[in-house]
Amino acid sequence: MSDTSSTLEDIISQEYQHGFETAVEADTLPRGLSEETVRMISAKKNEPEFLLEWRLAAYRRWLEMSPPQWASVHHPPIDYQDIIYYSAPKSQKDGPKSLEEVDPELLKTYEKLGIPLHERAILAGVAVDAVFDSVSVATTFKDKLAEHGIIFCSFSEAVQHHPELVRQYLGTVVPVQDNFYAALNSAVFSDGSFVYIPPGVRCPMELSTYFRINAKNTGQFERTLIIADQGAYVSYLEGCTAPMRDENQLHAAVVELVALENAQIKYSTVQNWYPGDKEGRGGIYNFVTKRGDCRGAHSKISWTQVETGSAITWKYPSVILRGDHAVGEFYSVALTNHRQQADTGTKMIHMGKNTRSTIISKGISAGYGQQAYRGLVRIARAASGARNYTQCDSLLLGDRCAAHTFPYIEVKNASAKVEHEASTSRIGEDQLFFCRQRGLSMEDAVSMIVNGFCKEVFKELPMEFAVEAQKLLGVSLEGSVG
Amino acid sequence: MLIIKELHAAVGDKPILKGINLTVRAGEVHAIMGPNGSGKSTLSNVLAGRENMTVTAGSVQYLGQDLLAMEVEERARAGVFLAFQYPVEIPGVGNVYLLKAALNAQRKHRGLPELDAMEFLALVKDKMKLMEMSESMLYRAVNEGFSGGEKKRNEILQMAVLEPTLSILDETDSGLDIDALKIVANGVNSLRHPERAMILVTHYQRLLEVITPDFVHVLAGGRIVRSGGPELAHELEKQGYAWLGSEAPEGKSSAT
Repeated sequence: MSDTSSTLEDIISQEYQHGFETAVEADTLPRGLSEETVRMISAKKNEPEFLLEWRLAAYRRWLEMSPPQWASVHHPPIDYQDIIYYSAPKSQKDGPKSLEEVDPELLKTYEKLGIPLHERAILAGVAVDAVFDSVSVATTFKDKLAEHGIIFCSFSEAVQHHPELVRQYLGTVVPVQDNFYAALNSAVFSDGSFVYIPPGVRCPMELSTYFRINAKNTGQFERTLIIADQGAYVSYLEGCTAPMRDENQLHAAVVELVALENAQIKYSTVQNWYPGDKEGRGGIYNFVTKRGDCRGAHSKISWTQVETGSAITWKYPSVILRGDHAVGEFYSVALTNHRQQADTGTKMIHMGKNTRSTIISKGISAGYGQQAYRGLVRIARAASGARNYTQCDSLLLGDRCAAHTFPYIEVKNASAKVEHEASTSRIGEDQLFFCRQRGLSMEDAVSMIVNGFCKEVFKELPMEFAVEAQKLLGVSLEGSVG
Repeated sequence: MLIIKELHAAVGDKPILKGINLTVRAGEVHAIMGPNGSGKSTLSNVLAGRENMTVTAGSVQYLGQDLLAMEVEERARAGVFLAFQYPVEIPGVGNVYLLKAALNAQRKHRGLPELDAMEFLALVKDKMKLMEMSESMLYRAVNEGFSGGEKKRNEILQMAVLEPTLSILDETDSGLDIDALKIVANGVNSLRHPERAMILVTHYQRLLEVITPDFVHVLAGGRIVRSGGPELAHELEKQGYAWLGSEAPEGKSSAT
């Protein structure tokens, strides 16, 4: 242990070495939201006129909207005038000064997940200089992508350097008035990722926010736009298995994906925002709008998500199957433990002919966890030959948690085939006894059975992510049985 | 190795075991026979530590330790193995994965290094030959879609891999055809060892034709009513269990 603590010392002292006590220019807007706030955000980011107008339009729509009430989640009303909508770069004073100030439970979790020490500090929100080597990693990375004509940068950079692409695609998948949180995001979004893959290019590596250094502090209103031009392919990884802390309780992100003819986008998420303590205090509200548009024929969009964090998750990654023969997929594992609530699922909107979609949803509830699967499959009149297969399984651990399933199916074309299978099971006493009789601890037994339950989804994740996700489930479930 | 004294146990409110006395020494194979409902499976499950069984009186010593005070996994790690009457299915969990996790959990407990994937595969493939199992079964989910015979063979495979000190086989012969029975018996016989002991729980004598026990005990009404050598099994085969009614303790009819 002395070794660890000396490394810890190194990190702390390093902070000072790099002069982090010198005041970072305070660049924070006062609390509250008005047209003026929107203008100031846009001005600070030096945005072109069209974007300001777009933000303002969104803001005006937002004023007329009210938060959705249909989700089966419960929280006190959010005071939108009590939020700081712009703060950059983040002041050191906001976060814990060192790892010693961080919730020891969180640190224990990092240890169990095998997160390298220097990353623990970053994840816990401790102000540490530069993501160590990743500056150089990110640079080499970018050069390699540039050879292929791939654009992968922060949203703010894209606005400066590729305004024509931003203008062409922004808001075309998730229109500003889509929902309350999407409108709010459109008005005040801080930053996020931008990806453009040119025609015929297969992106040679998995694109990950983790490697993109400026993904840090993108704030609570993240905006991501990914475009795969004709025949292009990209696999994008979002998030991190380590629980991430954030001072901001409300997160309302928007992700838009556009796949043109024959293009393919694979979007994988491991979401592990701070879920709050065992009573649910201090956890993140994650209200996200994610949607993909299979705009061209034979295009394909896959969402794979592993959701274990946040106090409340409200999220429905969807696919609009516009092009003929387009394919949409949604693979999801959602876990709620303690007081966590999740209302999640997907929408598959079939518009083109012979479009196909697959939905595999695995929900795990433990403790007092509340979980709802909410899915819409809509087959439009023109979508002849459309097919959907939905499988929705829930696993309950203990008797204080709950799982609900709300499938909505709308079929307007008689040639469509829609299948829905659902199951709810309790983790079997027999299974646990069997595993323990073979020498496994209760926790290992639970983790093994749950991972088995989720296997169909995990196999869709990129290899290294899948391994981490398994570990993550085990850690997230600790103390949930017995 | 195992000393059971005046063991009473209930399932729910219902007393099932009513004073079991049994001593098993290293190297011995004991058969416990008896009619349905005599408490055979309850005894197996109490020894393994199943939670819905309540021990109401008596003691069980295993290698000098109080077995009843140990958690299920502690008993397993100390070398107590139960081959299940109804092996459990675990969807999505590969057979090979379960086996490796179990073996390494036990090795770790004993202070032995964990086996890596290569070492483990070599070991398990060797044992599979013994059980005449195809390697493809390693990669299927635990017992999912296995036939009755495959499930039982899979139990014995686990036993062969874990090499337990005390094995309890709960009606391992039920649902096996004669060929499968022979394969299972081969597996079990190969595990006989001067330092290990086995308890075979069975309804029928036919298992004892292929695995010869050192002792046979007849369980009825929650008690051992007769003990003897292998010849007792033959006697039972001829006479059935009906005659036990008169010998059952306290004049109670055999438990259901």
